[in-house]
Amino acid sequence: MSTSAIQRRTEVRAHDAGAPPLRRAAGKRRDTLHGWGFAAPFLAFFLVFLVWPLVYGAYMSLTGKSLTGANGTLIGLANYAEAFGDADMWRSMGNTVYFTVISTVPLVLVALALAALVNLGLPAQWLWRLSFFAPYLLASTVVSLFFTWMFNPQLGLINDFLAAFSIAPVAWLNDPNVAMWSIVIATLWWTVGFNFLLYLAAMQNIPQQHYEAASLDGAGSWRKFFSITLPQLNPTTALIVMLQILASLKVFDQIYQMTAGGPAGSTRSIVQYIFETGFTGYRLGYSSAISFIFFGLIVVLSIGQFFVTRKRSA
Amino acid sequence: MATQTLARPSRTTPAAPARRSRKKFPVARVAATAVVAVFAVIWLVPFAWATATALKSETEAAATPISWVPASGFTFDAFAKVLSEGNIPLWTWNSLFTSAAITAITLAISALAAYALSRIEFRGKKLLMGAIIGSIIIPPPVLMIPLFYQMLSLHLIDTYWAIILPQVIAPAMVFVLKKFFDQIPRELEDAARVDGAGRLRIFWLIVLPLSRPILAAVAIFVFIGAWNNFLWPFIATNDSSLLTLPVGLQTIKSAYGIQYAQNMASALLAALPLIVVFLFFQRQIVKGISTTGLAGT
Repeated sequence: MSTSAIQRRTEVRAHDAGAPPLRRAAGKRRDTLHGWGFAAPFLAFFLVFLVWPLVYGAYMSLTGKSLTGANGTLIGLANYAEAFGDADMWRSMGNTVYFTVISTVPLVLVALALAALVNLGLPAQWLWRLSFFAPYLLASTVVSLFFTWMFNPQLGLINDFLAAFSIAPVAWLNDPNVAMWSIVIATLWWTVGFNFLLYLAAMQNIPQQHYEAASLDGAGSWRKFFSITLPQLNPTTALIVMLQILASLKVFDQIYQMTAGGPAGSTRSIVQYIFETGFTGYRLGYSSAISFIFFGLIVVLSIGQFFVTRKRSA
Repeated sequence: MATQTLARPSRTTPAAPARRSRKKFPVARVAATAVVAVFAVIWLVPFAWATATALKSETEAAATPISWVPASGFTFDAFAKVLSEGNIPLWTWNSLFTSAAITAITLAISALAAYALSRIEFRGKKLLMGAIIGSIIIPPPVLMIPLFYQMLSLHLIDTYWAIILPQVIAPAMVFVLKKFFDQIPRELEDAARVDGAGRLRIFWLIVLPLSRPILAAVAIFVFIGAWNNFLWPFIATNDSSLLTLPVGLQTIKSAYGIQYAQNMASALLAALPLIVVFLFFQRQIVKGISTTGLAGT
């Protein structure tokens, strides 16, 4: 990228040097026109369906607006004050963070382990890729239907399997202590293939000379994995972890579909709480305020990640 | 990083170190294959169990003790019932239409914007670039409440437009395309410019044809995302005839309740289109996901 930037700069300079000043100014004006012209269609959608809702959402969060349109008057930061004192908001936030932690760890580690194994050069690569990645192509509702059925206490395949080892039936989705873990199991099955593919692609980009040199030094497979593969994957791992954290924080679909946030609110995520205060509780203003608290959390995390990865690469 | 993979396809020789270790560590290789195979089987179980259930009668599906093969034999009743009574064909069409429209519009507007960011020096470019990159961190759920209100005011709720319009903004994809365009040699365009071709013509005749691999990758990524999106179409539509597949399935679940065979038949029918497409275009899809997956980095 840097070389192309340099190229571009020298080209522009050479071009400018040959042209008389008047034509240069006209060319600049034309370039500005063309630049915005090419960007215009995207920009139109960007402004209308992204920037405007963001601004309007921020405004709504300062009002008592309801879905019926009533109470649109400004009430300052009252919504935010209420949210910070709202036990349900904190509980949903806590559930979301809990889910993020217990889902990110297996989603990264299992993906890494599977990719490392497959990358040993196993036969039938397409078959493994198909098995692990296929679930990622399913809609959340399909995954939820599959797993609600698998988790069924009496008729489910999982309890049936456990019974073979004399393990008592587990109320996967109905036990407040277990439900979030059940969601994690379904999520792992659903999306680990995505991280797996990213890891596999990154591993296949590690130059072979590294491994050949290590082999000459007598390094075995384990040694090569920990001394070459893993360090070479550092930037990839940092990115996958970050993308996974951001994805997990946004969790809604599978929870809403499998437990609807229950039992007793033990799996309700923050996005579901925003959804419910807005669409079930009709409180658009309050719901927007919680949206922005959630947004703030994401921004803080993203900035933190930016500094961490920059320090590492520097 | 992503585009490097495309630019240098010759270097992907994953099997090379394996051959070496195959001679040295046959045991390790067999063990690795066994572990991966066990995982692969576990990963296929939900599909297999759903299929076995969908091929049973409702009575057999809910019978204890559970079994893979029903005593009275397999039947296609559940599929037949779901297809004849339900809305699945219609929802599949809705999903196909909206996802195709989203993909087409996203590709068109993103490629144009990316070309401007890559090739044209214009006033305000840095600002535009900053805004696009910055917007990548906005989580869609943050926008759902104001977007819903906006669509309500525009009287677009319960139309295809409501599903499509907000989903065509893909800032990360603009960035991916820009990075690819940056790598196309400028000399190719200069020749055309000497011949008097305008920017739009150059973009259309030279840049786009050279960018087929990345356009395909972006298209695949966007299409899968749109096809499977749940939250926004769930909010934007209510009318049963306008639902997309993922949203329609959610209503089936509450309508059919404990009809397990029909639930599984519906889920499998909904899963089928993308799985079939994946079987045919596995290589392209895997490549597409690997190149766009780390977008915005």
